[in-house]
Formats: sequence, structure tokens, C-alpha cells
Amino acid sequence: MSSLLEIENARVCFKVRSGLFSGAGIIDAVSGVSLKIEEGKTYGIVGESGSGKSTLARAVAGLHHASEGSIRYRGQELRNLPEREFRKLRREIVMMFQDPIGSLSPRLSIRSLITEPFRIQGMSDWDLDAEAKRLLKMVGLPEEFASRYPYQISGGQARRVGVARALALDPKLLIADEPTAGLDVSIQGEMLNLLARLQDELGLAIIIITHNLNVVRHITDHVGIMYLGKLVEEGPTEKVFATPQHPYTLALLAANPEPDPDARLMRIELLGEPPSLLNRPSGCEFHTRCPFVQSRCESDVPSWHSDTDHGSHRCHFPENWVGKQIV
Amino acid sequence: MAGVILDVRNLSVSYDTPRGPLKALRNISMQVPEKKIVGIVGESGCGKSTLILAIIQLMAPNANVTSGEVLFKDNDLLNHDLKQMQALLGVEISMVFQDPMQTHNPVLTVGRQMIDIQYRDKLSYSEKRQRAADMLALVGIPDAEARLNQYPFEFSGGMRQRIAIAMALMAKPSLLIADEPTTALDATLEVQIIKRLRELRDEIDCSILFISHHLGVIAELCDEVVVMYAGEVVEAGNVRDVFHAPSHPYTKALLECDPGHIKEKTRNLPTIPGEIPDLVELPEGCVFAERCSKIHDACSARPEFQVVTESHAAACHLNNGELVK
Repeated sequence: MSSLLEIENARVCFKVRSGLFSGAGIIDAVSGVSLKIEEGKTYGIVGESGSGKSTLARAVAGLHHASEGSIRYRGQELRNLPEREFRKLRREIVMMFQDPIGSLSPRLSIRSLITEPFRIQGMSDWDLDAEAKRLLKMVGLPEEFASRYPYQISGGQARRVGVARALALDPKLLIADEPTAGLDVSIQGEMLNLLARLQDELGLAIIIITHNLNVVRHITDHVGIMYLGKLVEEGPTEKVFATPQHPYTLALLAANPEPDPDARLMRIELLGEPPSLLNRPSGCEFHTRCPFVQSRCESDVPSWHSDTDHGSHRCHFPENWVGKQIV
Repeated sequence: MAGVILDVRNLSVSYDTPRGPLKALRNISMQVPEKKIVGIVGESGCGKSTLILAIIQLMAPNANVTSGEVLFKDNDLLNHDLKQMQALLGVEISMVFQDPMQTHNPVLTVGRQMIDIQYRDKLSYSEKRQRAADMLALVGIPDAEARLNQYPFEFSGGMRQRIAIAMALMAKPSLLIADEPTTALDATLEVQIIKRLRELRDEIDCSILFISHHLGVIAELCDEVVVMYAGEVVEAGNVRDVFHAPSHPYTKALLECDPGHIKEKTRNLPTIPGEIPDLVELPEGCVFAERCSKIHDACSARPEFQVVTESHAAACHLNNGELVK
């Protein structure tokens, strides 16, 4: 069976001016990413700021144009799809944006906000009041919320409205950009439980973009780790967490302080800061920050190793440090 | 008392609102011992920010201190006038704010800003510049001398936060207040900053008051922790005691909710049902009672702060300990 979404070697680039008088440069925010998302499954895309994870998601949703590669949804190529065609697909591929309150128009009531998708898709003849009620109930908000405005609700509630709006038209693929950023831990769980429940009920496939590995561990089936616009590791969530193959994955796992003062994690500390996309490092692009760097890493580009036991990765020397206790 | 640099006693702060006074802080007592790192943890709306703004006297115009004192080296900061506060801030007490992208002046070079803030010192320009470079090097910015000529936009978020820390520590203050300094940063940079803060504490010999909602960071960095809920301190003590044997149901629930705590994969994460109470019309009795799983008859009365162990106290009726003096 073919996958719901297949991304092959996608590249998204932006023109930038590096200085007032210097010419334009081109950065590859997403630089050759391939992945597959199966129906009804959750895929987590993890990476730090600037790793290209949001750009990739926006390319899938048709908000950025991929310059190379292919993005196929149920076999249909999305890359050069004209906007008019894409609009029809937005009933099936929906996006939940990062800033929960900022993504809701302050002038519209919650009722108008969550029924807006029906109007946009020319379904105004539907019973919108009933739909609004159904959607609020689905995300666990009281009916009275329909007449409220975004400034009258809390951040956690605004997220729920975001979910209701995204799921209004019964989509097949939900792209959630940092669904828990800025939420308190006590509410974060609620949000993730809601997504998990709706996934079971509606058979949704979900792409979750996040930098929080704790979130990924609990709700995703597959995970891809991005660094400088490329996947450095990919595989079933449990395997990636149990036996990370790329030092960057290990560093992300280690940089997740546990709420226990005695948990002395194996700390691997990354050196310095992520390099600029305008000036990509040679060889393995992670070598400037890798604690296990060897001479070969500076010159040779590591290929994409696929390994059925562990998932795939992009590292010359995974066996060098896997399982090693690092202090 | 010797060895305590900051002693907040019985502090209450309310904001005037059209609905009546919003009691943002109620009878807060906490201490920051010398050369210790104290963490304040709590969710949005628990009063963390009001507390630090009250300490540094930067409160909003509609805020009123209704009781208590803020003793810094035995002087009550609440009695200080603007001039006295100005003499303290940046010299004895420094602050690092949450958003590293907006704490610097975008149109001045980093060096100029770091030299400007030394206006009190009678040093030559080149000495001040040297000191600025030394501070930058201390927080781990490579090539510090050259980077003094750069503007804030030329630095990444993590570096800007380190510059903010360098500027705050320039006068070697006795107390550094850091309000969620790592929230805007990526996890790998967060780890770097935390490690650096701990080293700097040893190098400069200052106390740090560290505000965060991230339990993992508090556990990693702090010696002591104060847990706040809806404007009250519900539990306080040694980090190890509080995190290993939480004695207030709120602290327990908060620790359980942290997905970092849960090793097994689960699709049903724990949450704390309900919402924080309305701070204008406060419920009688325990503030957490409405959301507490262990609610019982005694909860209709306000719990006092009770001793759990020598270095650990909590405000819950379940503890039946001695009252904290």
C-alpha cells in the first residue's frame, strides 16, 4: 500500500541578502529531505530553531514552494500544483499554527473562526451553528464559547479552538506546528491527549513539529531529526530513543533535563552554535559541533545509511559511540 | 540573620482592577541564602513575575504592596526611594530578562552598551573596554575583543542571552535575578547556559534567584526551590527533598505531569484538571483544594506552612507537621 504522504528529496530555498550592498545569496532551508507518512500514524519532526522543520511542513501545506524533489499526497504531486487546485486539497491537508492566539483573528467570534473553513470551501449552506456546536464538543469546550472572542480565552483554550478549526472539514492529514509550545506542563498533557484521542476517532495522520523530545516520545510512531535542513536520523520512535545512531540525536536526548536532581544524565555537550545556512560546513555538516568528530568527518559527506534495526541515519561512525557511557 | 542575602517576609501585592483588588501575591515568605541558587517554579499566573518585580521595585502603577517586607542585606527595599534603588540595581542586584532578542539596544554596538553601563566607575575608556571584553570571554563568547564592535543582530539568540548575563554580572552583584533566561533558547543551548550560570556563581560568588516553569532545569541548576501556586508559596526547601519527596499535592501533580518523568510510552498523559482560582474572589481555605485529588474536610481552612523535614516545608493539611515560625 502506498503511503499517504511521500516526500522525496524536497528542497526549499530562500533568497537572502547577506549585507546592505552585497549580492543575494541562496539558503537551502530544507535541503533534500525524504520521508513517508502512513495513514492514521503520527510522525514527529524534531530539530532546533532554524533546522527547517517548519519550512518543510509549510511546503507540504503549500505555503512554501519546493524548488526540487517531489511531495506526493496519495500519489498526487503537490509541488507545482496551482493555488486553485491546492485550495481543494486543503480540506484534507490542514495546518495548525504555532502561535495559538495570534493565529485567531481578534475580530471574529469563536463561532465564526471555527466555521470559517466551511465558508471558504463554499459550504455556507451547511448548518453552521450545529457544526460549531459539534466542533466545540469534539475538542472539549463548552458551547457558550461560540460567542466569545479570542481575547476572552486562555492559551490552552485557544489551542483547542485551533484544533477545532483545523479538524472542521474532517481532514486526513493534520500538520501541527509546535502544538505545546508555551503551554504549562499541566495543560500540555491535555493537548496531547486530545490529539491522540482525535487521531483514534477520526483516523487522522498527524505531523508534529516540535523541539520537545518528551512530547515526541509519547505520541509519535515515527520520528525524524533535522539539522541544517537535512534529516540526520529517522526511524520508529522507540528505536530512535533506545539506540540513537547520530550524535546530534544523542545530544538532544541528553539536553533534556529530568526533574530529578540526582539524575546525572550522560551529558554530551555540543560545542558552539549552529552554523549559518549561508556557509554550510564541509563534509558532515554536524562536524563543527560534534563531540566525537574525527578527521574524516571534515572532508567526507556521510551517506544516508538505512538500517532496518535502528532506522536510518547520516553518520560515519555510529558504532564508535553507540552504547558508550559518555560523561 | 547571617548568610541570607535576600529575605522576603510576608509579602502581599495586589493589583487594582475594575473588579476590585486582584491579590496576585499573598503572604509570600522566602529566602535566598548567600552563594546559593534558588529556583522559583510555578505555572503562568502563579505570581513569579510579580514577585521579582516587587523585589526590584519595578511594579506596574496599579500594584500595591499591602503587607510585608523585602530585606536585602537587612535593608527593606520597600522603603527605598528611586535614588536608593538606582544605586542598588546593576551594582548589588542585577537582572537577566526572558527575551534575549529584545534586551539589547539594536542601534548601538555591544561594546558601546557594555561600556555605557559602567558609567559609575572611574576607569579609563580602554580599561572599561578591556573589562567588557573580559566579561564576554567569561560567558564563553569566542573572540570577545573583536565582537565588541558588532551589533546585537549579528549575534544568535544564545549568544545574546550570554551577553545579557555578562552585562548583568559586570558589577559583580551579590544577587542575580534571572527570569526564565533559557525559555527562548533551544535545548542544547539551554544546557550550555545553565552550566555557565553555575560556574559563574562560583567565580563571582553571587547568589542567583532563578525563575522557571521547567522542572528539569530547576532540578539541574538549583540548590533550593520554591513552588508557587496562584500567588502563594505552597512548598519550599532543598531541591533534592522537594523533588524526591514532594509534600504538597500540587508539587506532586506538577512532577507527574512532566513528560520527562514518564519513561514508558503512553498516549494518556497525566494532567491537572481544573483551572487556577480567580484571584479577585479567592476561595476560602486552601487555594489548591478545587483541583486537588486529596481534598478533605480540613481543606476548607487555610493551611499553614508546616515543617516536613529540617530543610523542607509545605502548606498542606496532610502533613501535620510543626508550624514554621
